[in-house]
Amino acid sequence: MQSLVIVAHGSHLNPGSSAPTYDHADTIRATGAFDEVKTGFWKEEPHFREVLRTVEGDEIYVVPLFISEGYFTEQVIPRELRLDGWDVSEWDSDGLSADQASLVAEDIDREIHYCGPVGTHRAMTDVIVRRAESVTGDPDVGEEFGLAVVGHGTERNENSAKAIEYHADRIAERDRFDEVRALYMDEDPEVDDLPEYFESDDVVLVPLFIADGYHTQEDIPEDVGLCEDHTEGYDVPTEVDGTRIWYAGAVGTEPLMADVLLERAADAGADLGTALDDVRETTRVATGD
Amino acid sequence: MAEPASDPADSARDGDPEVPDIDLPSDAFDAVLDALAGRDPGEPLRFEGFSVGRDDAGEDSDDGDAAGEYRLDPADGDRRTGLSERDLHEALDDRAPTVTDWYAFERVVGEFGPRRAFLRWLEDADGATVATRYAALAEGIERAWGELRITATITDRGERRYDVRHADDAGVPVDDLDAYDDPLDARELVKLDEKGRYRPLKTAPSLAGGWVFPDLGARDAYELVETIYPATVANWHREREGELDVTHWRETMERQSGIYGVVKTWDRGEGHEHVNWVAEACCDDSQCLKRREWQYDDETDLDVDGGDGVFPCREPCSVVVSAARKWTRLESEQPRTYEFDLTPSEKEQVEAIIDAVADGQIDEIREADTKEGANRYRTRFLRAKLFDEDGNLGGVPTESDEEDEE
Repeated sequence: MQSLVIVAHGSHLNPGSSAPTYDHADTIRATGAFDEVKTGFWKEEPHFREVLRTVEGDEIYVVPLFISEGYFTEQVIPRELRLDGWDVSEWDSDGLSADQASLVAEDIDREIHYCGPVGTHRAMTDVIVRRAESVTGDPDVGEEFGLAVVGHGTERNENSAKAIEYHADRIAERDRFDEVRALYMDEDPEVDDLPEYFESDDVVLVPLFIADGYHTQEDIPEDVGLCEDHTEGYDVPTEVDGTRIWYAGAVGTEPLMADVLLERAADAGADLGTALDDVRETTRVATGD
Repeated sequence: MAEPASDPADSARDGDPEVPDIDLPSDAFDAVLDALAGRDPGEPLRFEGFSVGRDDAGEDSDDGDAAGEYRLDPADGDRRTGLSERDLHEALDDRAPTVTDWYAFERVVGEFGPRRAFLRWLEDADGATVATRYAALAEGIERAWGELRITATITDRGERRYDVRHADDAGVPVDDLDAYDDPLDARELVKLDEKGRYRPLKTAPSLAGGWVFPDLGARDAYELVETIYPATVANWHREREGELDVTHWRETMERQSGIYGVVKTWDRGEGHEHVNWVAEACCDDSQCLKRREWQYDDETDLDVDGGDGVFPCREPCSVVVSAARKWTRLESEQPRTYEFDLTPSEKEQVEAIIDAVADGQIDEIREADTKEGANRYRTRFLRAKLFDEDGNLGGVPTESDEEDEE
């Protein structure tokens, strides 16, 4: 019996924080690739400490719905899941290349496959592009458009910037958008000065966050100048200093994220049948024709 | 149709509920055949009051295929051998409650410990006989789980059905409630309380009502309960098995890191009164329906009540850890003496306001009820009278410049 456990941050304050986790779990359930799909949280229930005891299967894949490798994926989650003998060297990662580690979870005395976070998987690049398609309503968006991939800087975690640069570089290599830039909230190049970094009249701004919340709904819209105060709301697109900014909101809410969760499990050995193709197909942006 | 195993006429005479008529469904019968196919003749399949097995005597018969390959051993009757599939069906149809009960738990519910134990507990399957349970299920067996009311019933095919709703909605017609059938829909029902406020703790006694899952199967009933109160069945099951892994306060706080690492500094080896206050603040039954089993440490119990909930709390939760982080900082301050002048009624009013907030009663105090200390007009009057323009109570600054100069 094959089980997927999606572990995410959750929130004590924001009721929407768990929504992407639940949505992606539902998308994956619908594929039938796993006998069960469970969700566990740091700030909600079931907690990381107790989620594994709700799991019935014997082939268990745990995928963190987190953007970067770091404190949560390397310390908090392995500790709270009680992964026996965990050491970050199990992943042998340069900050972007964590794949999986098979360890016994003491809580249930069964082996689990602990996967790297979704945010650093190569398939995440496609989700960022898909997010740009979603917010513009154009499955071919790119020509005469710039793309800004935005995240925390290195202040809290140096790997955070690595993930952003990694995906921005990969998208740039595709020559799909006229310009692609990585911008940060707490270091240069800062998202506050977005129009200065782009020549294109239209720029899609995709924040590399899992859930919409304080950063994506208050911080960034105000910093970028989409609105004076987030409570006023903003249009998509909004023109700021001559640049039309298409603000996409958290990339983690994009339905294609389910694909990255599946990719992580597949890399760790999960048998997924046609689930990957199914998810890519069912989450596509309609052409509107 | 043959009567069920126990004599319903007797039951009716005693005024007990009757065992319902059950038709043996083909999936249950096929499951019995399937189970027997994989067994040696010497390994019968045991049911309450009888067993069935494959009949090795059939081979000795001279009648060729006329002799059946099954046998049935009643606990209190004569063995029947050489039963054909049709004979076996007839015999099992006579015992349909017992066979469907076996099918319900062995094939529908399955082996997974928490699910199986919970669904058996709902109908006392480890205590009561099939006849007693089927009679009770026919009437509807009600159980409480947190704020849930779970009613188990049975169809004429021996299938369990479950109605799950808020206990406050007991007895309300299904048509008057919002009906659901997918347990995962409950994720939305648990998100907000009835005033529309986010519920960060799913076991808080603030579950909103007005909904019902009127007709769930066994697995979905378990999934629903675990969606509304995550991991509560798993922990309850571990506790029943004597395997609940309790992690006490000290151990939990020692484990914390990052912004929560500071909490361990709150334990200074000077007693555990601060943890009593935490438990009284957060873990009381009025705040959380779990029964707190964690203590200060292995050897030191807390002095406050852990509550009466049916499911246990095995370690301080993330809400407690987060609040403890705040208190660790606040409690590092030293007390100082402030001087205010309050009338006796004003002192009592301050106490009434604290009580009203702590007990979540401010919404219940009526707008014009100025007898209540925490009434809004009374409180605004107190503020108008006692606060200076900077919001200082009694005009006394929190940080006194004069004190610093002294």
